[in-house]
Amino acid sequence: MSNSSDIKIVDAPEGFEGNGFFATKLDTVVGMARANSLWPLPFATSCCGIEFMATMASHYDVARFGSERMSFSPRQADMLLVMGTIAKKMAPILRQVYEQMAEPRWVIAVGACASSGGIFDTYSVLQGIDKIIPVDVYVPGCPPRPEQILDGVMKLQDLVRSESVRRRSSPEYQELLASYNIS
Amino acid sequence: MALETTVIQNKLSDKFGDKVTGFTQVHDIFTFEVDSASMAEVMGFLKEDAVLRFNFLTDLCGIHYPDSEKDRQFAVVYHMHNWYDNVRIRFKCFLNGDNPEIETATNHFLSANWQERETYDFYGIIFKGHPQLKRILNMDEMTSFPMRKEFPLEDGGRTDKDDRFFGRTPDNC
Amino acid sequence: MSDLLLPPEHRYAEEIKKRQNEDGSELSILNLGPTHPATHGIFQNILLMDGERILDGEGTVGYIHRAFEKIAENRPFYQITPLTDRMNYCSAPINNMGWWMTLEKALNIEVPKRVQYLRVIIMELARIADHIICNSVLGVDTGALTGFLYVFQYREKIYEIYEEICGARLTTNMGRIGGFEREWSPAAFKKINDFLEEFPAIWTEFENLLSRNRIFMDRTIDVGPISAEKAISYGFTGPNLRAAGVDYDIRVMQPYSSYEDFEFDIPVGKSGDTYDRFCVRNAEVWESLSIIKQALAKMPEGPFHANVPDYYLPPKEDVYTNMEALIYHFKIVMGEVPVPVTEVYHPVEGGNGELGFYLITDGSRTPYRLHFRRPCFIYYQAFNDMVKGQMLSDAIATLSSLNVIAGELDA
Repeated sequence: MSNSSDIKIVDAPEGFEGNGFFATKLDTVVGMARANSLWPLPFATSCCGIEFMATMASHYDVARFGSERMSFSPRQADMLLVMGTIAKKMAPILRQVYEQMAEPRWVIAVGACASSGGIFDTYSVLQGIDKIIPVDVYVPGCPPRPEQILDGVMKLQDLVRSESVRRRSSPEYQELLASYNIS
Repeated sequence: MALETTVIQNKLSDKFGDKVTGFTQVHDIFTFEVDSASMAEVMGFLKEDAVLRFNFLTDLCGIHYPDSEKDRQFAVVYHMHNWYDNVRIRFKCFLNGDNPEIETATNHFLSANWQERETYDFYGIIFKGHPQLKRILNMDEMTSFPMRKEFPLEDGGRTDKDDRFFGRTPDNC
Repeated sequence: MSDLLLPPEHRYAEEIKKRQNEDGSELSILNLGPTHPATHGIFQNILLMDGERILDGEGTVGYIHRAFEKIAENRPFYQITPLTDRMNYCSAPINNMGWWMTLEKALNIEVPKRVQYLRVIIMELARIADHIICNSVLGVDTGALTGFLYVFQYREKIYEIYEEICGARLTTNMGRIGGFEREWSPAAFKKINDFLEEFPAIWTEFENLLSRNRIFMDRTIDVGPISAEKAISYGFTGPNLRAAGVDYDIRVMQPYSSYEDFEFDIPVGKSGDTYDRFCVRNAEVWESLSIIKQALAKMPEGPFHANVPDYYLPPKEDVYTNMEALIYHFKIVMGEVPVPVTEVYHPVEGGNGELGFYLITDGSRTPYRLHFRRPCFIYYQAFNDMVKGQMLSDAIATLSSLNVIAGELDA
């Protein structure tokens, strides 16, 4: 174990503190907990997947952001990382994976291909995964550097931290899913 | 001793006569044309002959020539390699534009299997006798053959691209 | 999107079910992929299983078909390099250099010796990067994560070298017709030298972790074997063929980029199983290191690009001050370079085998036809043959050791 004293602990959210108690909103506590233990589901198809390998390996270590455990089952994942080109042949599978994930679920489109089709404006490539599933964070780059992927994860953490616990049952969210034909 | 190209040419001409034509040296590879009806026979000869010994099918691909005459609108190109003498050859079989059909090479080389499927997928060239000729890279539901020259490259369904900003007319895709 | 289709396993399962009925015994069908965590890369295999044993299977590919060849027919020549990067993204510089050499062959350009040596260095670095991924991930798939974490640190060092040379890490888009875009900086050479000094110890440690490890040997020896004869018929090339005992290597058969100047061995295996493939790749890393050392030691003086103003971008300061340079710059950027009507086939020894570029030009600004001979695509069709009769977990190790790169497989 490391004895160094510069271990960072997540800051406590805003609230009222007194002798032996701390009061805050449920939203912020839940948000804090969720944001710091996002389990990623790597959906790696091509080049960006190799950069993600570097991100999760020793040098960049995505575990520092609470994403220690790669969840290869969509059932136990919070954050779908779509890395690489999604061909039209692959689209139904990506969608199936998304549908299998339990709420709350977030999606990061890593790289130009997942975000917009990238340089592959061709008959066989889906022009951005947001055509079939809702996306929370887009990471540009072809492929993005590991730092960029980490930045994307941190941006998502910000979103998660401030998300209301009721968002997933709000009519706006239902409408969003309905626009993608996801029930 | 290295295998001379004249030896290859003479052997093929003696055996197949005018079914094998157009011998030329293009850069480092000896190239000729084979009548599409005798492709499998020629390939078998190239592979089995004790002198030629082209034991490796390096590559197989199709080409589309929409502006050529009807009988030469498609071509299948085979690259073979003799590892003993380290000689490469390339031969082409031209096919009819309406009815591109050629014999399969899978009886000689197992590697031809997927390469022929790919060629079928891209160009719609039928390989007669292929064990499982169906699409490989594209979706089975696709009806057109994308590598034919008339097929557009770009996804027609894109709405975010304004053609005016790309210096193109709107109906280009 | 209403045109989304059912996942394909529903369609292919029928075919295998028929075989099941004829047999009459209790068999099951397993759908492995296309997003199975153990198959890094997207391949689908529908396997007919008798318990844990694989009886038959059918592979489906094309889940990342990006139409490289179609794009290539619509892009000027210099814009095709980014496509080659994304084919085998584990060893992008080899693809880049292969493409430039193809073009140089078509245009009859002689490149200076120094450029050839620099290319050899970068290609061998790419080969090391490629083999690091394949072998360390094979370790992960057989349950040994430690090696992966060790060697990936040094893969980063290779990326740093790439960055120093061309500015990109993974998809390098390196080089130009006739040479490199700029002179390699002293920092790049320093990084290469540092890498050569530090890496052998790490690679030895990695080898020690796995190559005589009882568990690893049990998991890989006699797993997914292929005979030399069959491998040749299936079109195997590269380390996978050499593991079967055939010493076919383009670098020796048809030396390009001055490979004939260097002394190196071609490691071969014996039985063509997963363990042999692992060992061949391991040995190749040592050979690559030795080639890089020789190239650095023998590095000739000279320019970093050939003198071909028709194809090589002039320095930027000339473009602003010199009429001729401006014209060349304009023509090259617009893709209007003179290209003869010809056809060439140029093979290079890629990370996975013979990577060939078959280019047909018709004198216009784009290739008339460009076909990539993608080694993965050709040898992956043997996979079902190789795992027949093996256990399911062996199939994973076999797939991993074949080093099938999805981008290259599906074009």
